[in-house]
Amino acid sequence: MSTLHTINKSPFERSAMASCLAHLKAGDAVLIIEDGVVGARKATAFAATISAAMGDAEVYVLGPDLQARGMNEGDLVDGVKVVDYDGFVDLVTAHDRTQAWL
Amino acid sequence: MSAEDMDDEVAKKFLYVNRKAPYGTIYALESLEVVLIGAAFEQDVSLAFLDDGVYQLIDGQTTTGIGMKNFSPTYRALGDYEVTKLYVEKESLEERGLTIDDLMPIVYEDEDDDWEEKPSIRVVSRKEMADIMADQDIVLSF
Repeated sequence: MSTLHTINKSPFERSAMASCLAHLKAGDAVLIIEDGVVGARKATAFAATISAAMGDAEVYVLGPDLQARGMNEGDLVDGVKVVDYDGFVDLVTAHDRTQAWL
Repeated sequence: MSAEDMDDEVAKKFLYVNRKAPYGTIYALESLEVVLIGAAFEQDVSLAFLDDGVYQLIDGQTTTGIGMKNFSPTYRALGDYEVTKLYVEKESLEERGLTIDDLMPIVYEDEDDDWEEKPSIRVVSRKEMADIMADQDIVLSF
């Protein structure tokens, strides 16, 4: 039993990412979308928190949202994976529930 | 009856996650309305209050000065709709200088225990909250 968590707000504006990462269970996945993607960038104040979360959970970023904001996979914290919309659907079906952090 | 049909009749576990303070945005009121609608479907409903969501339950809300409806008394009516599990995160209270004594007293009458009045609010740790979230069929966020 595992959960896919989605985060759609920048961690610099809202606490959604911090709160989500503080409620993860082993085996969960996190998919960062929309403005949330800026929080997956290397060398930000949240990079260490993202790295720590990857001990227990997988962290993904939605590629089109990343590209829209002028970033690519090389800009992300090491270990964060990029998925497309099909990958988003695969993640939803691979987990028992989806929890949105707004 | 097929296994699938049987499945349809089992009450699902619904968790409504509340993370926003009331009045500044419409999230808290919308959540409450969806909870009340959902209660009609006789599912196993729980509410979670964390981060700024804990402010939704604070006692003494007075909205006359801002010209908005004070919807906080509705939380006290949830027990009548068999919504009796209001989980409040301890760390979220503490971060905001609050304790359970700052929250509205919310009770329900336990039909399995001679209609004894019991508290609906259950203060849980962040770790327990994560376990509660992971135990649901459906999680709806507000």
